[in-house]
Amino acid sequence: MPTVSINRELLFQALGREYTDEEFDELCFEFGLELDEITSEKEIIVREQGSDKADGASDVVLYKIDVPANRYDLLCLEGLVRGLQVFKERCEAPRYRKVTPASGEHLKLVITAETAKVRPHAVAAVLRNITFTKERLDSFIDLQEKLHQNICRKRSLVAIGIHDLDTICGPFTYTALPPAEIKFQPLNQIKEYTAAELMQLYKTDGHLRHYLYILENEPLYPVIYDSNGVVLSMPPIINGNHTKTSLKTRNIFIECTATDLTKAKIVLDILVTMFSEYCQESFTVEAAEVMYPNEKTYIYPELTYRKEILTADYINKKVGISETPESLAKLLTRMYLKSQVVGDGSEIEVEIPPNRADIIHPCDIVEDAAIAYGYNNIQMTIPKTYTIANQFSLSKLTELLRQDLAAAGFTEALTFALCSKEDIADRLGKDISATKAVHIANPKTAEFQVARTTLLPGLLKTIAANRKMPLPLKLFEISDIVLKDPNTDVGARNHRHVCAIYYNKNPGFEVIHGMLDRVMQLLDVKPGRDHGYYIQAAEDVSFFPGRCAEIFAKGQSIGRLGVLHPDVITKFELTMPCSALEITVEPFL
Amino acid sequence: MADCSVLPESLLRRLEKADDGLNSLEVAGALGVDHQLVVGAVKSLQSLGEVIQAEQRSSKHWELTEEGKEVVDNGSHEARVFTAVPLEGLLQSELMKLPSGKVGFSKAMSNKWIQLDKNAEGGPRIYRAVDSITDSVREKLHLLRDGKEDAMDDKEKNELKKRKLLAEVNIKTYWITRGSAFTTSVTKQETDLTPEMIASGSWRDKNFKAYNFDALGVIPECGHLHPLMKVRTQFRQIFLEMGFTEMPTNNFIESSFWNFDSLFQPQQHPARDQHDTFFLEDPAEATNFPMDYLARVKKVHSEGGYGSQGYKYDWKIKEAKKNILRTHTTAVSSRMLYQLAQQGNFTPVKYFSIDRVFRNETLDATHLAEFHQIEGVVADYGLTLGDLMGVLHQFFTKLGITKLRFKPAYNPYTEPSMEVFSYHEGLKKWVEVGNSGIFRPEMLLPMGLPEGVSVIAWGLSLERPTMIKYGINNIRELVGHKVNLQMVYDSPICRLDS
Repeated sequence: MPTVSINRELLFQALGREYTDEEFDELCFEFGLELDEITSEKEIIVREQGSDKADGASDVVLYKIDVPANRYDLLCLEGLVRGLQVFKERCEAPRYRKVTPASGEHLKLVITAETAKVRPHAVAAVLRNITFTKERLDSFIDLQEKLHQNICRKRSLVAIGIHDLDTICGPFTYTALPPAEIKFQPLNQIKEYTAAELMQLYKTDGHLRHYLYILENEPLYPVIYDSNGVVLSMPPIINGNHTKTSLKTRNIFIECTATDLTKAKIVLDILVTMFSEYCQESFTVEAAEVMYPNEKTYIYPELTYRKEILTADYINKKVGISETPESLAKLLTRMYLKSQVVGDGSEIEVEIPPNRADIIHPCDIVEDAAIAYGYNNIQMTIPKTYTIANQFSLSKLTELLRQDLAAAGFTEALTFALCSKEDIADRLGKDISATKAVHIANPKTAEFQVARTTLLPGLLKTIAANRKMPLPLKLFEISDIVLKDPNTDVGARNHRHVCAIYYNKNPGFEVIHGMLDRVMQLLDVKPGRDHGYYIQAAEDVSFFPGRCAEIFAKGQSIGRLGVLHPDVITKFELTMPCSALEITVEPFL
Repeated sequence: MADCSVLPESLLRRLEKADDGLNSLEVAGALGVDHQLVVGAVKSLQSLGEVIQAEQRSSKHWELTEEGKEVVDNGSHEARVFTAVPLEGLLQSELMKLPSGKVGFSKAMSNKWIQLDKNAEGGPRIYRAVDSITDSVREKLHLLRDGKEDAMDDKEKNELKKRKLLAEVNIKTYWITRGSAFTTSVTKQETDLTPEMIASGSWRDKNFKAYNFDALGVIPECGHLHPLMKVRTQFRQIFLEMGFTEMPTNNFIESSFWNFDSLFQPQQHPARDQHDTFFLEDPAEATNFPMDYLARVKKVHSEGGYGSQGYKYDWKIKEAKKNILRTHTTAVSSRMLYQLAQQGNFTPVKYFSIDRVFRNETLDATHLAEFHQIEGVVADYGLTLGDLMGVLHQFFTKLGITKLRFKPAYNPYTEPSMEVFSYHEGLKKWVEVGNSGIFRPEMLLPMGLPEGVSVIAWGLSLERPTMIKYGINNIRELVGHKVNLQMVYDSPICRLDS
């Protein structure tokens, strides 16, 4: 969930009233936001870098507000304030308009065929006669960053460039070139670099290095030029310094290059709906024309107002309320969805503005109606759904066995399903290739290399972490292990195992053997070769030679028991003899 | 030495004669026994009731250390140095080899008993400075050993204490007086009833030693259930009481298709990132998808349908095939709802599960890479948001949580979505206790569920309520091999509503 930092004073100024922190928290809660933290730049620096670094830092109060991940329209002060003002009926949602320049000629962005393989899409728009203050420009840049981090998926899907239009001259060309052929002075640098040099330069940049991978193995890098060959940007890495915006900037050219066109259109709509407020003619955006290599042209931003028609009944039945169509239309209008009653009076026409890309289905409209109605004003009801409960047989058996294994004097452990290869192989004296283990592709540490194929390592590690406890230690666990299995759709299957372990100054084979007898007694399996269970000497490298037996029941091998091999004991950092038992319980269902 | 078994009686006879009372240390001295034995006798007499009264006192006294005793026997180190130096003198290096050399040399120098000639032939040489000496340290220690503590003033004692020749010891003594039931003849008390006493009836004439009811008993030897599993049992119980059927969640490995795509979670969603989800290297991909359903899922993502605009992106089966460790048990709910849709005639269901899920997250005191998710699902015609809130209210009431409120939230696969908050009396604020919502039509309709069927669902973690219930701050003490077994041994039974 993205978090937006908002200057409290500016926020209240824009809202036209003061709130206590509690009141504002309450308002957020009702609207589906969360006032996560009240802090200041100074406090943040003190916390992250120590108080000696915080000298001179601002102690202006900041609200950190958690915004739902699909509400891109609330990721800046401008959007948040307008959303809340409309919600509180203190203003009406503005109408965003797309205008054509007086000349009738759109600013043009031409896409060349070379971009097709690396970043094939682009959209663009112009904000004319904008008035920036420091706060507004900061907010604009912050919003770009928030969009980059969220909907743009760290610039991989969409990258935004904003430029001072008065420094460049259209039409613009969006092309892709070998890195050595791109040369320009990048933003905030004092000299020119080739694209290849830039990739080196930014390897050590705390922020930009995270985006380099997007281009790293590409033969051609995307780049945008103006008609005089000035570089606007090398998306998705960096803009040129030439077009840098400042407080004096009056006209802004926005370009978004993308691998996902839908998201690029949304991003552009969000940027222009949030900041066209500051244009001389508020809420108007000058359209730009984008031409694809096939000469097809498109006019952006789309700024589409889409209409949905819902019945009041549909909304009432989904929420569990009984509001009139008029009342529902009013509730939806408060959510920035201008609505009116149409048809025979039972239908509501809802207009979805370009800044509400999150509304993709009538159910999204239902939610907004419920939010405006107030979740906590909805009458709670109990559904009449009649059902008979059933336990899952494997869980039922597990629950019953657990109780009785504890009654037998063993203590239940709860160990991780993920572990290192070493845990299930080397430390047990086995080869990893013989384990049928599923392997994890992207573990952050060795603790998460594989899913366990046996419960034994977890219990041994539990003992190792509790060596100070009085002996004997008697532990058990009933849980799942995972083995590869070509007969399932995912190629692997869980198996429910019982594992018990005895750790003392003597190996206590008879104790573990007795535990097996007790488990079999609980499962109502009698000793015997024909229909019961029996054990038979077996070779297993994890066990001390001559001290291991295989367990058979219901005509199949169900596991092993024995005295652990001294090498196994040592490898798990233990010092005493130890015997163990591990069986599958699935044949006993 | 007196016989220990008669000590109590000897003590009582002395007490009979001593009107004011007796000091235990003096009694020990008089009887010539160790003081601790007298203390033992006092305690055993006390246990008989009001025979005697004993008041504990503490007294300090000075005692010679081992080194001090040695000085009494052999003289102080400085005296020994003096004696060792012959009239013609001694090389300093030779003197230092003597056992008392180092300590005695500096002391004898400061007493001006000896002198040093640094320029002597063959190296620095020591000569006597006086003809004879008086070893007062030895004399004083001698007096003290014989109990004459007044022989030295405090300054002198502290001086010798610094030299580790004397030590001050604290002795706990008793001042013993006659009790209200004082007698000189005590009968031996029996510690406990025996089968012989019962058989012979001799218990009638015996006097039994009183039990100490303040002591703790002996904890029975037993096995223990793990606290997290105890809480899991209670949650299972609650769901069963509410008529919910348990889902088979014994499949940690899941395909991205069932974990994400079937839930209408787009393929570029951050949760599908390498940083959040464990992907499998082997077996890397899943197979055997229900292809017609998969085609409908692909369509609703990439083009929309069922009243939806869709996400309008290039949906790839390659992404859906990727095997992962399931990130939520909702993957199982999705499989179950798909199966429900295949059965032809829709029947309402209530499902629940409590099982492990996996996240490739950064670990801290409250987050692990695996945890247990609790999930409840109800599918029926015409379920409302009010119904979801009503079911949640019932569910949380069974956990002892009655003060609930709901916050609008966002989940990719539910709409409307609600976070559930409860008022925490300890923290004096609202805390999030779960997440909930109504499954999106884009998830349900491609499965083939009838149009009017709504599915409400909620989820929470098992670890968080358990940590609160058992007052555990670090999740590693609860889950995994670093568990504190003593905590497991000591944890009470789990009743969630009390």
